Amino acid sequence: MAELELLSASLGYADHPVLRQVSLRVDPGEILAVVGPNGVGKSTLIKAGSGALAPLSGEVRINGQDLRSLRPAARARLVSVVPQATDLPGSFLALDVVLMGRTPYLGWLENEGALDREAAQLAMERTELAELAERPVGELSGGEQQRVLIARALAQQAPVMLLDEPTAHLDLRHQDQVLRLVRELARERSLAVLLALHDLNLVARFADRVALLSNGRVRALGKPEQVLTPDQLAEVYGMRIHVMPHPVFGTPLVLSGE
Amino acid sequence: MRPRLGPAAPWLWAGAALLLTALASAAVGAVPIPPVTAARILLARLPALHIRADWPAAYATILFDIRLPNLALTALTGMALAGSGAAFQGLFRNPLADPYVIGVASGAGLGAVLAMAAHWPAGVLGLAAVPVAGFIGAVLTVGLVYSLSRVGGSTPVTTLILAGVAVSSFATAGTSLILLLSTSELHRAVTWMVGGFSLGGWEPVLAASPYLLLGLGVLVLLGRPINVLQFGDEQARQLGLDVERLKLVIVIAASLVAATAVSFSGIIAFVGLIVPHLTRLLWGPDYRRLLPLATLLGGSFLLAADTAARVVLSPRELPVGVVTSIVGAPFFLWLLHRARRRLRGW
Repeated sequence: MAELELLSASLGYADHPVLRQVSLRVDPGEILAVVGPNGVGKSTLIKAGSGALAPLSGEVRINGQDLRSLRPAARARLVSVVPQATDLPGSFLALDVVLMGRTPYLGWLENEGALDREAAQLAMERTELAELAERPVGELSGGEQQRVLIARALAQQAPVMLLDEPTAHLDLRHQDQVLRLVRELARERSLAVLLALHDLNLVARFADRVALLSNGRVRALGKPEQVLTPDQLAEVYGMRIHVMPHPVFGTPLVLSGE
Repeated sequence: MRPRLGPAAPWLWAGAALLLTALASAAVGAVPIPPVTAARILLARLPALHIRADWPAAYATILFDIRLPNLALTALTGMALAGSGAAFQGLFRNPLADPYVIGVASGAGLGAVLAMAAHWPAGVLGLAAVPVAGFIGAVLTVGLVYSLSRVGGSTPVTTLILAGVAVSSFATAGTSLILLLSTSELHRAVTWMVGGFSLGGWEPVLAASPYLLLGLGVLVLLGRPINVLQFGDEQARQLGLDVERLKLVIVIAASLVAATAVSFSGIIAFVGLIVPHLTRLLWGPDYRRLLPLATLLGGSFLLAADTAARVVLSPRELPVGVVTSIVGAPFFLWLLHRARRRLRGW
């Protein structure tokens, strides 16, 4: 178990800061969704959370450890990243891709051992991929590919998991399936999950808390019903927006109103 | 990837191909030696087999002093070009990459021509001066390309290729300039470029082997992390790989291997490009198998090309680079055509 913290972190590139003075905390077992208009810095936040991008100022910490002080392998044992399932090298087998989650536990010259294969096997069973293990990932559907990447992150056995638009190219059913899986995993493994997501209605249903980004800052932070309000959304997205209770779940249902 | 009929099958095929092409290469020449006799002459060196020498005595001399060292150098060169080609393709995640993209050939050419123009003494440390100069030129060029292409702390593939193209053009222009200014060396230099030196004997084999074995050994052992690189730098980093260090090690090992091959055998096109592709089509994209199998196939490919070069216009010999290009270019186009239909990505 570990928590992810951003302490007044300014993120971006030297000549082009994207986010300024961001302070966020994701606790074990919790899903924090990051939302906001295109280009507001959701992906930048994910990169910084994984240590792939060092903050310009401030700190990004997992379990109190500054990510900058860690070597890549040590970092990858603390935080896994699920990218969008685009542009995967399609001829690798699903099992081989999941096994790559064991990279932080292996030296360059080492091959996977029994322990690594077991971790990959369990991750594939948990994501219902066991039957697809020997199939090339290029032949799998978008939802299956996304699950392969989640399984790879699970095999990484890191306490913090970051997901960058994991539902971007999926149909309704697979969007639901993927996010339900993420929520179950967060609960049963006490993962601290940071989730960048466009779709506010999915955010409302699956996130425990929401960070609304706007103009390089965190504009609002709290439970979905506190953040996804017509006024705040209208201001950030620059258009009229209606919010009503979801007829089944009672969570906020967001509709554009122009 | 093909279904795993038997994990040993690719190794048996690749090994058999190397053995057969080596035998063919040993048999063919000004004095043809039947392949079976050639095999028996070799086996006769093992006293336990008690093979009676019923062949002309000259056969053994030709085989051991001329054919074998030549075929060893040819096989090693093919292995080096294919192995480093596979590694560069894995490093750049680009199927068009080969050892020459980042300046190995042009750098070696410049080094070699400089040495010829400056009339360096024929031998340095018991080695011909020109291969040594070619090797130094190649290593310096790759070092320059690599350092030019670093942006911040990383080495993006696009800048690496662009820097490679720019530096290569510069080196090639330098080579042309020197050739124009020193007319007497022209013939020697051109001969070297299309097919290396006919140094002959075991000396070049012994001189090249340590570099080739060291570099190829390193590359073959790095198959698993090179697989991880296929997901892109960012994902590889997030999976815990020290991407920059890995890239540096691959560039050094692959350049060492390719520079050695170019220095002793001249510029031989297409081996580093085609053989890794062929291997990938036959046995899949897993670099743990791709690197060693491409290395083996590279040896047999160049042996076959070299044998053909000696047979086609016999008694004249073609430069082997001409054969690899004539066979290689159409074959490559056919591969491209096939791959476009069959594969979704490399």
